[in-house]
Amino acid sequence: MNIEFFLELLANGALTGLMYGMVALGIVLIYKSSGVLNFAQGAMVMTAGYVTWLLTSFGLSIYAAVALGIVALFAFGLLIERLLLRTLVGQPIIMIVMLTLGLDIFLRGLVPGILGTSPKHLDLGVGMAPLVLGDVFINRVYLLGGVVALALFALAALFFRTRLGTKLRAVSDDHVSSWSVGISVEHAVAVSWGLAGICAVGAGTIWGTVQGVEWSLTALLFPAVAVVILGGIDSIPGALLGGIVVGVLGSVIPGYVDPLVGGSTRDVVTSVVILLTIMIRPYGMFGREDIERV
Amino acid sequence: MFYRLSGIHHTRYASARQLWPLPADRWQVAAVFVLAVAAPLYMSDLYLSSYMLPWLVWSTATLALTLLMGVAGQLHFGFGAVMAIGAYTSIHLTQAGVPFEFALLAAGLLAALIGCLFGAAALRVKGLYLVMATLAMQFLVDWVIVNVKAISGGAVATLQAPSVEFLWLPVDTLVARYYVALLWAVIVTLLMLNIKRTSFGRALVAVRDKDFAAAVIGVNIFKYKLLAFFTSSFLGGVTGAILAFCFYRAVTPQQFSFDISIQLVAMVLVGGLGSVIGAFLGAGFVLLAPIVLLNIVAPLVEAGWLPVSASLMAHIPLMIYGAMIIGFLLFEPLGLAKIYDNARKYFLVWPFRHTQS
Repeated sequence: MNIEFFLELLANGALTGLMYGMVALGIVLIYKSSGVLNFAQGAMVMTAGYVTWLLTSFGLSIYAAVALGIVALFAFGLLIERLLLRTLVGQPIIMIVMLTLGLDIFLRGLVPGILGTSPKHLDLGVGMAPLVLGDVFINRVYLLGGVVALALFALAALFFRTRLGTKLRAVSDDHVSSWSVGISVEHAVAVSWGLAGICAVGAGTIWGTVQGVEWSLTALLFPAVAVVILGGIDSIPGALLGGIVVGVLGSVIPGYVDPLVGGSTRDVVTSVVILLTIMIRPYGMFGREDIERV
Repeated sequence: MFYRLSGIHHTRYASARQLWPLPADRWQVAAVFVLAVAAPLYMSDLYLSSYMLPWLVWSTATLALTLLMGVAGQLHFGFGAVMAIGAYTSIHLTQAGVPFEFALLAAGLLAALIGCLFGAAALRVKGLYLVMATLAMQFLVDWVIVNVKAISGGAVATLQAPSVEFLWLPVDTLVARYYVALLWAVIVTLLMLNIKRTSFGRALVAVRDKDFAAAVIGVNIFKYKLLAFFTSSFLGGVTGAILAFCFYRAVTPQQFSFDISIQLVAMVLVGGLGSVIGAFLGAGFVLLAPIVLLNIVAPLVEAGWLPVSASLMAHIPLMIYGAMIIGFLLFEPLGLAKIYDNARKYFLVWPFRHTQS
């Protein structure tokens, strides 16, 4: 085992992690505003991938397709919030978890059912030849994915400094006191769902290019959940850092252990990250600790 | 006609506190029991093996999960893994020559011990975090089962259930398998009906409503949370073994995947959280509704009335399943048990609706 192999695993892991972070960002945005953990984010990523593919198949360029996809998924996010989530405000947590899981199952049936199950090909126009840095091979699509993820995180950070973003911060702090100063909580929650839709377009396009657009994109939910748990479920920097950690661990450990035990240790690493975080520090690296009263 | 409360006066506490204080309810339970016992007489083998038997076994599994989620209030998204442990334990033990009865007990005990590990997470966190922790453990158990060849015999291997005897009667025919499943379902149902009448059940309910408050009034929440996981996992493990022996006759890792855990939670919720009759209704509805609706849609498509492609057709059960979960949560969060309860109350006092309290 040489150092180049390790560096390659490290670099590709960090980039994969950033791309997980993109999925996780959507979950964090929704959780911050409404305290709902969106188990349907994986399905939203898949839907976004399919929408982008559908638009390119109409002859649009990939960039125009992404731009239109952002509009479509923003509207889709608003729609989900208005039709489904708002009626369940104040219900027990199990109801809300199951609702998003039901939505996940429904989309997993609907979207591939209408648009076809065979993997769809997306081309971002960056070429397939790997980038060679010294002795390390880096996938160009991963690199682009990392850049897009960083850009999304930067945009999210900037967004929270705008007027609307300040409202969102207030809502994430406390619903009742936001109402009392005249902020529409419903509006803010709806916007956060729309923003999660935008994150889904970024993730869906990049991951769709990497592994083809098909229903298995919904499986991104699991690493994304590990990312938000590790980083802190309501923390945007947590999603960024947690993403890199989960990505690196999920690349380096399987790189050395897979040949020994015969494969698929990545899910194990992800599960262990979730379990250890919950056992040692449930609110994650940067999350806010909830204090409970009887 | 339906005024079944008329003339019923309980003069002793014992008669007021019995399981079914109304004679009408007792008749109903007796009728359902007779129908269930006589099912092999009037049902064709196809219906018995592909509808009745899975419905019974899944209802039992739903009851076991209801004990944990509905009565004790602990969320569990890894119940499929618990059932898998029971199924694999029983198959390996019977293959090694252990009698079926002891293999079932051992399956339950091992599932309960590992289930307590799931419960360890519940001691630390609750709510959303407990969902994640159990979900992660489901993936870990799945991985261990698939990758340890001594357990599963390889990732794509199928372990055949050996033919066994239960109480000196061979469990080979469909009818015998049906009665084993029915016996277990009746035992678990009786347990669940009575659990809220014991101190154990009341302690669990206290923990469900607010665990800190329960601790303040003297309920040992450490003990009762673990006991809840232990009991529920024991029932789940035995049910997993029954599922492997009576329904599948074999066991593969895919039978107990993450999707199955979700399906069990869906059964609990569609039926109604914490309700016994809801477990039966929910399991039946989740199992049968997609099949029934597909059978309605399929002739329409073949007749050319609905333009549905083959790939959409293949995805319709999944869509119906998801839409069903969403629909119940939006329109009847208390599930089928509440619908049943409403209907029962209506007929109980019909036609004197004003007497309804």
